[in-house]
Amino acid sequence: MADLITLLITGISEGAHIFLMASSLSVILGLMKVVNFAHGTLFLWGAYAFQMIFNGISGQVNNTLAWLISLLGAIVAGFILGIIFEKVFIARVYGNIGAQILITIGLQIVFTELVRVFWGARVIAVARPEFLQGVSNFSGVIIVHYRIFLIAVGILVAIAGHFILTGTRAGMIIRAGVQNSEMVGALGININRYFTLVFAVGAALAGLGGALFAPIGGTVSPEIGNSSQLLAFIVVIIGGMGNFMGSALGSLFLGVMMALIGWTIPDLALIAPVTLMALVLIFRPQGLFGLAVKH
Amino acid sequence: MSLLKVENLVSYIGLFTILHGINMEIQAGEAVGILGRNGAGKTTFLRTVMGLVKTRSGVIELDGQSLVGKPPHKISQMGIALCPEDYGVFDELSISENLALAKHKDDTATQDRITYVLDLFPDLKLAYKRPARTLSGGQRQMLSVGRSLVNETQLILIDEPSKGLAPIVIEKMALALKEISKKSTILLVEQNFNMALAVTDRYYIIDEGRTVHNGIMQELANDKELQHRHLGL
Repeated sequence: MADLITLLITGISEGAHIFLMASSLSVILGLMKVVNFAHGTLFLWGAYAFQMIFNGISGQVNNTLAWLISLLGAIVAGFILGIIFEKVFIARVYGNIGAQILITIGLQIVFTELVRVFWGARVIAVARPEFLQGVSNFSGVIIVHYRIFLIAVGILVAIAGHFILTGTRAGMIIRAGVQNSEMVGALGININRYFTLVFAVGAALAGLGGALFAPIGGTVSPEIGNSSQLLAFIVVIIGGMGNFMGSALGSLFLGVMMALIGWTIPDLALIAPVTLMALVLIFRPQGLFGLAVKH
Repeated sequence: MSLLKVENLVSYIGLFTILHGINMEIQAGEAVGILGRNGAGKTTFLRTVMGLVKTRSGVIELDGQSLVGKPPHKISQMGIALCPEDYGVFDELSISENLALAKHKDDTATQDRITYVLDLFPDLKLAYKRPARTLSGGQRQMLSVGRSLVNETQLILIDEPSKGLAPIVIEKMALALKEISKKSTILLVEQNFNMALAVTDRYYIIDEGRTVHNGIMQELANDKELQHRHLGL
């Protein structure tokens, strides 16, 4: 039983982490109809911006402060890159899915190579902040403090995202835009501004995801963006395109499933998420929890 | 000066030219019908005026200001509202959110207009907080038309409001549009001739992307030969 609870905590924290990537990817896909294969790169740059700042200023300032500044740096890096990606590249290929795929894969390749150019191909160590280090043991249930923190961040982002989407005019416009962006424009709203905003906030969330990922394994490398992106795409399919809360539930489902399968049948750990995605695409293309995006 | 002036309008979608020469003048306060067979270019014309379809050449002016090349949100802010053929209602938003989304200003006059819409279409008031996906086709049309009244609009473009509706709902909609036409200028695309006759005073006939005829609605109603020639009635 203790093992099961430990696994559940691990799975939920993995889900919370995937959610940071998947929620923004889902809204970008739903609102802008952009298949963004560069999302993993934004995650990667978040992780590298975080390690660069954290490793650079640790020891010079208080550890917690250094960690907070680094986290903020990763979010800002993601946000700025998001604006550049959207304004310079993506805005030119709205409505052209083939061009979007090619251009975002191109961005993924170029910006991953730029990471190698700037920081090298080697693995770089990243420590957890001191106040989140440590493990507790409650009657055999192992609780890694950093994982509890990830769950808290995931919950906070989900609540904040839900509040913004349902309680503000900007959220209302985004929800309407997911269903029919052309009509939103015809009502007098400059939807392109919201496209840029959503893409940049999504990129910032991916950057945050990268920054929070780095201390889990204790290292970063140029390959980490690809695997996270794949999981995020799986969640988008499971949760339903454009459905923010669907991506929260999808992330949770995927995180727990991967943790349980990884423990019980390790050989299936990699196959299971992709198989689940294929099954959802075949039998429930609108997603397990989601609403079909209306065109 | 005409409220809407369209001259030699040519517009296209992708590689295809859809409108080959539309000419039209609408005065403020008029209710004008756009008639024609299926595929004649009526919907494309409304979408071109709204900036949703690209103009290749020609003139579109609202109160002397050119609309050509302007994005839809600017055209909406200039005072044109569109009620599209598929209603353009946001299913996952409530009725109140659908109306609120259309607001250009958050002032008393706008709130008064929303109250007017809810009085005009009591069905919307009854289901005010319900998601639009729960509405019937007729109620969706009411919401679409009501949304076009939220702002101080100069011209309302309405695309086939009778499409897919039951006869009794069409009658109610025709009465509502007649009421709206007392305060607003309306350009109505309609296949249902009786609906067009009930709401509009003048008409233009579009065929193969061109305006081929125009005149007084009542005269068209009395001229069976003209109806047959241009509308296949």
